[in-house]
Amino acid sequence: MSGAQHECVPVLEVESLSRSFGGVRAVDRVSFTLFSSELLAMIGPNGAGKTTCFNMVNGQLRPDAGAVRLNGRSILGLPPRSIWRLGVGRTFQITATFASMTVRENVQMALVSYHRRSRALWRPARDHYFDEAMTLLERVGMDRQYDRACGVLAYGDLKRVELAVALANEPRLLLMDEPTAGMAPRERMELMQLTTEIVHERNIGVLFTEHDMDVVFAYADRIMVLDRGQLISEGPPMAVRSDRKVQEIYLGGSAVYGTEPA
Amino acid sequence: MFLVASGLSIIFGVTRIVNFAHGSFYMLGAYIGYTLVQAIGSTAIGFWAAVLIAAVAVGAIGVVMEILLLRRIYRAPELFQLIATFGVILVIQDVALWVWGSEDLVGPQAPGLKGATSILGKPIPEYDLALIAISPLVLVGLWALFKLTRWGTLVRAATQDRQMVAALGVNQRWLFTGVLFLGSALAGLGGAVQIPKGGADLLMDFNILAVAFVVVVVGGMGSIFGAFWAAVLFGILQTFGIQILPNSTLVLMFLVMAVVLIFRPWGLLGMPETLGQAHPGPPEQPLRPALPRVRALGGAVTALLLALPIGHLVFPELVGVFTLVLVIEIMVFVLFAAALHFIMGPGGMVSFGHAAYFGGGAYAAALLVKFADAPFELAFWSAPVGAALLAFLFGWFCVRLSGVYFAMLTLAFAQIAWAFVFQDMPGSVLKTFGIADEFGTPLKITGGDDGLNDIWPSGWASTRIAYYYIAVGLSVAALWIMRRFLYAPFGYTLRAGRDSPLRAAAIGIDLTRHRWLAFTLSGAFTGLAGALFLFSKGSVFPTTLEIARSFDALLMVLLGGVQSLFGPIVGAAALTWLNDLFSVLSYWRFLLGVTIIALVLLLPQGIVGFAGTRLGRRLQLARPEEITA
Repeated sequence: MSGAQHECVPVLEVESLSRSFGGVRAVDRVSFTLFSSELLAMIGPNGAGKTTCFNMVNGQLRPDAGAVRLNGRSILGLPPRSIWRLGVGRTFQITATFASMTVRENVQMALVSYHRRSRALWRPARDHYFDEAMTLLERVGMDRQYDRACGVLAYGDLKRVELAVALANEPRLLLMDEPTAGMAPRERMELMQLTTEIVHERNIGVLFTEHDMDVVFAYADRIMVLDRGQLISEGPPMAVRSDRKVQEIYLGGSAVYGTEPA
Repeated sequence: MFLVASGLSIIFGVTRIVNFAHGSFYMLGAYIGYTLVQAIGSTAIGFWAAVLIAAVAVGAIGVVMEILLLRRIYRAPELFQLIATFGVILVIQDVALWVWGSEDLVGPQAPGLKGATSILGKPIPEYDLALIAISPLVLVGLWALFKLTRWGTLVRAATQDRQMVAALGVNQRWLFTGVLFLGSALAGLGGAVQIPKGGADLLMDFNILAVAFVVVVVGGMGSIFGAFWAAVLFGILQTFGIQILPNSTLVLMFLVMAVVLIFRPWGLLGMPETLGQAHPGPPEQPLRPALPRVRALGGAVTALLLALPIGHLVFPELVGVFTLVLVIEIMVFVLFAAALHFIMGPGGMVSFGHAAYFGGGAYAAALLVKFADAPFELAFWSAPVGAALLAFLFGWFCVRLSGVYFAMLTLAFAQIAWAFVFQDMPGSVLKTFGIADEFGTPLKITGGDDGLNDIWPSGWASTRIAYYYIAVGLSVAALWIMRRFLYAPFGYTLRAGRDSPLRAAAIGIDLTRHRWLAFTLSGAFTGLAGALFLFSKGSVFPTTLEIARSFDALLMVLLGGVQSLFGPIVGAAALTWLNDLFSVLSYWRFLLGVTIIALVLLLPQGIVGFAGTRLGRRLQLARPEEITA
């Protein structure tokens, strides 16, 4: 059932994850497994529980019940920063970078933190992991703008910087919340193409949420559909697209471009 | 207490301006009320009319301040508004001094309420009962105003979401003006009604300000009911506190605030701060190594400082003793301001109570000299160590909060430290246990108001020139060390946490710890400044810990420009110099206040920020891309 081409190593295993907010089951017994080198998309209408699910995996939110394992090790109840240390990179729906630093310094900060040097008091920060940062920036195509302040970058470029930052801790798993939100259509495809290449090179598993169905069906190896907290469909894009239940949700509620049966 | 606090709370809630001048409005209310009562207050009606007119008059003054000053700086960073209102405090202080003189005014008793009623066998002045009745009345009035009128609805809406209200086509300008009138009038009312009890004096503004801040913070920013309950709570505490620990009401109050804020960081009835409003204005520029010209300038200044005593020896009439003393003082405050900037600029933690570590360090050293006969060298270094320990302790509570709440908690801790020294807490504890010296007189530890005197550097460092070199050398070294820290990964991590806490957490940074460490380091450097201050003056007084001292440091940083590492240095030098220049004049506070307001209006980026724009381009002190205007 996996879409991974290389090896079928499970990176992230989620078992009957549940969480309620004041009686509403935001996420209800959701289980899935993510393999290395695979892009798994999580879609569903607004309020389906995507963000809640996401935040329970990255440690921002404590689940009521269920299990989350990273490379076979339980990460339940760990704070986000410990989870990060175990090899989980993140990008945000609205980019979060350090606006008062240059592109390179942003990546250097992530490297500094990864190597536990953030309390170093003497040697200037610019001399820490200079080459490593440049290598990462080269990979995402931002090496030529390395010295610009993040506060003045174009949005699409910021997304690339975030990707480079997310790669700094050599992650096994990448969590991307709406990676292409707020980008122009061409930029979206370019960013996802880049992500796919990197993921395959480094054998990383990707879990992402996305509203743009073009992106989802073009780049996801596998798709999970959530509705009202429950996992209602899961499988390769073709199978999900023809799933009756999925069609009902999207066509019955508000029709979303790209989900019509092929 | 409630009246003043609710006014402050309303103003903050709607305009997001922390109005430092609020205490001054309270004071003005008292003075104006006093004058009016003298004129027309002989009858009961006249008295209450006078009180009301005083409130309205103060409200009008608030409106004038809003139109002339605040309106121009709503878009400026929050801190700039703080300085501007601080300038207003200084101006009002001198105006009050000029109009009413420096004598404390004792208020007349309220006509018709002169007697005392006996309740449970204790005489209670009738006027107190009237006061007890007024607060709930005003509370109900405010509640009706906010719930039942269209204006009130708009104000409540603006408290919750300013942008939305603006999008709905409400003219915010008049809304804000109205709010300032109401808030100021409440402060004026508070000041006027307490004339029969406390009269009017020139220290009222700072005294009430600290109390009002505590009430507002404990109650929750922008919450009127919160302010009411907090005021009631403190009223009760004060009454009972006096019976249990007579000397400790102030400390008790601030302790309560600390406890409340630890468990409910947003006050009893407050809401969490809305995110995303924290950073108006353009983001800071990335840190770059200093340009050759800037380095050369720094080197030249250092060389000049080192050469000054030689100039004193060669041309005594040109470079007098006074110049050396002034330079020492400037260096002390440069160090103090730079240490504050260390957490304030890169860390985004605005401390309102940094004087605690300045005075705390000085007292640590002074006590060691007085009671342990410590040699100068040991006592001197105990100041930064002592201040660091104090910052380590206080910091543990503070660094968990952010923004205005952080500022208020640091203020509270500074007031605790101040009260500790001012009321000679260790001394009164010893007295309680009956410990006294061989003559049976109670021991003084911190000396209270009298401070600790006759503490001078020992032999080799006691000449003026030797001490000059110690002060200048240590401050320059400390400045350089702090600069290294900020350019190192640690400083970058602090800035990372300020720029985006979300991203910082996502790359595995434990922000709380870094902020705590930064707070402690800053405390240590501040303590060093305190030590230099102590041994240059030979004595230390509680004033080194007071709010005004903390604000001085804040002003220095803000005047110089928060976004630049040179800012605090320039700001401190400029302010210390200005202070010195003006202090020979009789109404120097007025001039200083006006200067501050002018600087805020004309140079909203601080002096160095300004240099980075036009002048900087011409002098090649800044890179082209760093020029914002």
